[in-house]
Amino acid sequence: MKVSIYRYNPDTDREPSMKEYEVDTQGKDLMVLDILALVKEQDESLAYRRSCREGVCGSDGMNINGKNGLACITPLSAVAPGVKEGKKPLVLRPLPGLPVIRDLVVDMGVFYQQYEKVQPYLQNESPAPAIERLQTPEDRAKLDGLYECILCACCSTSCPSFWWNPDKFLGPAALLQSYRFLADSRDEATEERLSRLDDPFSLFRCHGIMNCVSVCPKGLNPTRAIGHIRSMLLERGV
Amino acid sequence: MVTSVTSLGRNGLYDWLIQRVSAVVIAVYVIGMVGFLVCSGDLDYRAWSAFMGSAPMRIANTLMVFSVAAHTWIGLWGVTTDYLTGMTFGKAATSVRLIAQMVIALLLLVYILWGLLMIWGGA
Repeated sequence: MKVSIYRYNPDTDREPSMKEYEVDTQGKDLMVLDILALVKEQDESLAYRRSCREGVCGSDGMNINGKNGLACITPLSAVAPGVKEGKKPLVLRPLPGLPVIRDLVVDMGVFYQQYEKVQPYLQNESPAPAIERLQTPEDRAKLDGLYECILCACCSTSCPSFWWNPDKFLGPAALLQSYRFLADSRDEATEERLSRLDDPFSLFRCHGIMNCVSVCPKGLNPTRAIGHIRSMLLERGV
Repeated sequence: MVTSVTSLGRNGLYDWLIQRVSAVVIAVYVIGMVGFLVCSGDLDYRAWSAFMGSAPMRIANTLMVFSVAAHTWIGLWGVTTDYLTGMTFGKAATSVRLIAQMVIALLLLVYILWGLLMIWGGA
């Protein structure tokens, strides 16, 4: 099958280009990461991130035939009709909207700054109990669908509001994490958290187009979390 | 927290709420107007003038003018702050954006005053 990969080395290339490779899958429905490994055997200079190779670490987020996803858990048959059969090329590009360091490796700095802005840790000034801060099973259940985020950046880098205003809009991943702590019964900083979100950009740049939901490799729903935060802001502000 | 002096309410929640409320006003007005036009059959100037000159319609038209203006401002403010930025215009971005926003604001003000003149001017 044909594989087309975005190549860019800032030390030697004036501009990025797409490079074609021919890979023999022997008809198997390999994961995209396996294809990258086969390409790497042909061309050692190819750079990409990977670690756990099972959708847990979030290192190998990339744009696969136009849709962001994790290379390690995306089988060829799920990329697009005809890719596995070799009728269509597999096209790999770095996550959109982030500066490219080299080939498929992007600079995630902006993404992590957004994460930092939502203060993703429990804030509780009450004296700590002897053992631990307990939660009812119902309160714990409110964190399901929020805590599973692996920060792969597939969602945020598929969001146009993130592309245009990455310094002002927080992006779906950080907002999902923001709600993860707003929804936590043990967190006491609700007011401070909400008061940092009601400007025209941080949260309200979300126009609900749900690209984030359609690409999340963990099946999470940042748009719903953003909706919940909006409801909290509305309750507080009306 | 990102402050902005040119957004309608300087606050995301406020703008979001106004956008939704104005959308409902516009939708109700359009549906009502289409309903009237469909049901009224042969419409002559006299009937149209009496309809538009009635107190409820003057109030509805005024609400419509303000709703369209507010809705347009919030929407286009979003467009200008998305696309007229340093990413597309470099150092000139602030000037380009400010000029675009001022032109839009002036047009909307003219539109509001002209609309009010038509609705309440008695002409």
